[in-house]
Amino acid sequence: MSGNTKILISDLYLSIGKHEILKNINVEIPENKITVLLGPSGCGKTTLLKTLNRLTDLYDDVKINGSIILDKDDILHTKSDITWIRQKMGLLSQRPYPLPMSIYGNVSYGLKIKGIKKKKILDEKVEHYLKEVNLWEEVRERLHHPASDLSIGQQQRLCLARGLAVDPEIILADEPTSALDPLSSQSIEEMFMILKKDYTLVVVTHILRQAKRIADHVVFMYLGEVVEQGPADEFFTSPKMERTKAYLKGAFN
Amino acid sequence: MSGLYRKWTDRINEAWMFSCLVIIIMLPFLLAAGLYLKSYLIISENNLSGLLFSDIWKPAENKFGFAPFIISSLWVSLSALVLAVPVCLLSSIYITQYARSSVLNLMQPVIDILAGIPSVIYGVWGILMIVPFSVKASEWFGVHTTGYNIFSGALVLLVMIIPFILNILIEIFRIIPEELSEASLSLGATKWETIKYVLLRKAFPGIVSAFGLGLSRAFGETIAVLMVVGNVIKIPHNIFDPGYPLPALIANNYGEMLSIPKYDSALMFAALILLAVILVFNFASRLLIMRLERYS
Repeated sequence: MSGNTKILISDLYLSIGKHEILKNINVEIPENKITVLLGPSGCGKTTLLKTLNRLTDLYDDVKINGSIILDKDDILHTKSDITWIRQKMGLLSQRPYPLPMSIYGNVSYGLKIKGIKKKKILDEKVEHYLKEVNLWEEVRERLHHPASDLSIGQQQRLCLARGLAVDPEIILADEPTSALDPLSSQSIEEMFMILKKDYTLVVVTHILRQAKRIADHVVFMYLGEVVEQGPADEFFTSPKMERTKAYLKGAFN
Repeated sequence: MSGLYRKWTDRINEAWMFSCLVIIIMLPFLLAAGLYLKSYLIISENNLSGLLFSDIWKPAENKFGFAPFIISSLWVSLSALVLAVPVCLLSSIYITQYARSSVLNLMQPVIDILAGIPSVIYGVWGILMIVPFSVKASEWFGVHTTGYNIFSGALVLLVMIIPFILNILIEIFRIIPEELSEASLSLGATKWETIKYVLLRKAFPGIVSAFGLGLSRAFGETIAVLMVVGNVIKIPHNIFDPGYPLPALIANNYGEMLSIPKYDSALMFAALILLAVILVFNFASRLLIMRLERYS
């Protein structure tokens, strides 16, 4: 693998109650690349993504073993504040979930949480990040309108801007285009291609074509285990495992 | 033939379903119209503001001032609501956000049972427990009472509306998608910040409506309040004064003293006020919800 490893997941096991969701996960996520977690529904890719910023803490009866090293710190056993680790990662979910406040309020939310209160700085940042996701021109006249007034594609871009505003190093995206129309999906994908210059992206998808379009690195999962992983061109042109070959042919989905 | 038969069965079925619906929609109007007709006598012969704002209640002398009853009702139900807001809000947040889901499974039947207890039982319990407590509590403030006062009425009402409001609040917090909390947490917010800035804001219209409905319910509650509130016809000036809420007036006196002219009509007017106030509460909270919903 070329480049640096941003996140190193070793021997990760996760179970909720008696259900084993993730088994023996060993994954390296390269820096400034798009890593795609690929696999059929229910294979554990979303859970793996949520483990990365410890949203799994919200579940009852969850048991996690193993380690996830980010910047030399094991985030599963860290002594530092979890909210601080979460700010290193922006999260984009399947459907946009704008916070119940204005467009401006959504983008400035994380900044205010961080303690930035000066209106001038907030104004600048809001404008900057809305521009970064190509939303500024569409909303500049109605920054203080409720975010729920936006179309769903605009909402998803707003959610991306909101995540970028806390200045993360990593963007976690969980099937970020599954609720969007083709045009909005395309614009999100294009943005990812630009963002990878500055960020490390981890994108969950079950859409093979999308994975082919955007992935630099692919992790293919099935039933809670990693079947195969590697650089995208290798993965798609010469897969090694039988199960991967079957999936790529569309034998199961 | 059979085609025609089927067509007509279809129409007739639709028609009677529709008429059932019409009857339900008509009910509140029929109720209001009936009460208005019955209370027309007193409204036409005594002026309306005198009825609503006078505190002199001497039916034998044709003096019907409803102010003591209206103000007692407001005292009892608003005090109950003020006490209910923090209790219900905090416990519903705890149950839905902090506790394990097994706690909710345990709480749900408890809440349902509390909601289903007949109000007369709350009344008896109020006399046994709340009234003596009210005597003690008033002594702490240097007041001597019999314990049958607004404070007792409010406490009994509080216990009665808690399960009702709690049920709605839990439902409101439960239907907020988890992804919204996740979004806030992923931006570095703590759990408390997420609750304060996101969940409470999202739930705000629902919270308002829950308490609006709770207030309507408290305003109309009759038996349990009547048993502990003292029933003295005088405008209460503090929480340890006895009161005489509107529903108690109707329940205590209807069917008695009907030899006094206009008494019957006066009680109907009391019912009309009650209905009007509850309708206003309901409409106001609905209007507020519509305004607020856009922002959440």
